[in-house]
Amino acid sequence: MTPRRAELTLLSAAGIVVFLGGWWLAAASGRVSALILPSPPDVLSTLFRLTHDKFANYTIQQHLASSIVRFLFGFVLAALIGIPLGLAMGWFRWLDNVVTPLFEAVRFVAPIAWVPFAVLWFGTGIGGPILIIFAGAFPPCLINAYRGARYVDRHLIEAAQTLGASDRRIIFEVLLPAALPSIVAGLRISAGLGWQSLIGAELIVVSAGIGYLMVQGQSNLNTAIVMSGMIAIGVVGVAIDFLLRLLERTVARGHSSA
Amino acid sequence: MSSRGRLLGGLLTVVGMLALWTLTTQWTHAISPERFPSPSDVYKAALQIGTPPAGYAGTTIWHHIGASLELVMLGFLAAVITGVPLGLAMGWSRRFEAFFNPVFLMIRPIPPLAWIPLAIVWFGFGINAKIFVVWFAAFVPSVINTYTGVRSVDPVLIAAARVHGANDWRVLRDVIVPGSFPLMFSGLRLSLQASWTTLVAAELVGAVAGLGHVLIVASLDLYPGMILYAMAWVALLGATMTFALASFERRMAPWLR
Repeated sequence: MTPRRAELTLLSAAGIVVFLGGWWLAAASGRVSALILPSPPDVLSTLFRLTHDKFANYTIQQHLASSIVRFLFGFVLAALIGIPLGLAMGWFRWLDNVVTPLFEAVRFVAPIAWVPFAVLWFGTGIGGPILIIFAGAFPPCLINAYRGARYVDRHLIEAAQTLGASDRRIIFEVLLPAALPSIVAGLRISAGLGWQSLIGAELIVVSAGIGYLMVQGQSNLNTAIVMSGMIAIGVVGVAIDFLLRLLERTVARGHSSA
Repeated sequence: MSSRGRLLGGLLTVVGMLALWTLTTQWTHAISPERFPSPSDVYKAALQIGTPPAGYAGTTIWHHIGASLELVMLGFLAAVITGVPLGLAMGWSRRFEAFFNPVFLMIRPIPPLAWIPLAIVWFGFGINAKIFVVWFAAFVPSVINTYTGVRSVDPVLIAAARVHGANDWRVLRDVIVPGSFPLMFSGLRLSLQASWTTLVAAELVGAVAGLGHVLIVASLDLYPGMILYAMAWVALLGATMTFALASFERRMAPWLR
């Protein structure tokens, strides 16, 4: 017996009501201080207040803006280095043999473990966090471009070679377009990991940004501010993923019509 | 030929990099020792932190590793114990799924690292906060992958079991659980990696022991040798855990090979 649609919708609504209601009740019961567990409306009003009152020197939009700028730098850098390198590794066997062992050795270093060197080499301003975002975002860019290039139909490559295409033209005019769906899928993963690593970096090293706002909220024992930061991070994360999914769909459509 | 070429290439690269590293740091000082340690700096750091009782950052490397591993295991096991049954239930019953899924969709976009400040407000800088964030980091992927794993089981198999008179319990034990193994295990691998990263981050933010704690103390001391040594341990343990889980997976589900 399969349950009806209306029943399922009701259950979904009930799930959210139980979650938010339970939270609200726990907050309103007075057993835990409002500083430790603010009620959902408290968090929303704090979030709204942060948009015009400055906390930790900036409004929440300014914190978000500086986080997003850092993120974009790290992410674009990872894509600009990772994708061409991955494609080239898929084409030149010697490059594959040289880079893969290094990559495998470094891959298991958690991005966040780069924090000390990031600070040592590039300081706590914008350079340090960018290295950490890069460390998070780089592997999927490289791996997916590489795999995409390796699984290109041999016939396409042989056809291009027969027509006398150079290595460079094969990489950019055969491998790149054929590997595009895989590359875009990698970009989506790498954006997610990069955004996460950014939050980690900001918890530790910087003096502005959404992670910094949360750390300041934490040291003031202000849970409402910490939760506002979490909501903002979640919303921006979803927005980034949404944009890349659009790109993914556009690329897929271009592929099927080509 | 190609696999031998690969092995040879890999070996040559590693040897070449080690030589380049020694050349640029130890022999020519092309890279300043304040920026990147030489092999002998790392060796000295390893000796220092390996010597009991003082070690470095409070204790010896073995105690730091023990502290980190203990927390990651506790949090990860708690996540498996809570997450896998919930995922199975969500996959088994549409009603269960309808009830829990929207809440998951609300919480899921918040990365585990973003829970660290909240965990600190709630539980302080002790181990409870760390177990909480590690648990959370692993909980969401284990639920989601178990649940998608159950949904990926071929309905024909379930129907076949039913036709042969299997009750709910046997369908669950003999069809659904083994059928959802592949996705469940890839979920657990992701969970374990997320747990490890999150734990190191939490230790960087505040701890009294653990590899993340070593990293942050070494960073404040401007001690590149120790930084690199601790990073190497983070990578080595992360890789070991991943491979251990993969071999466990092969043992549990030998038919997947």
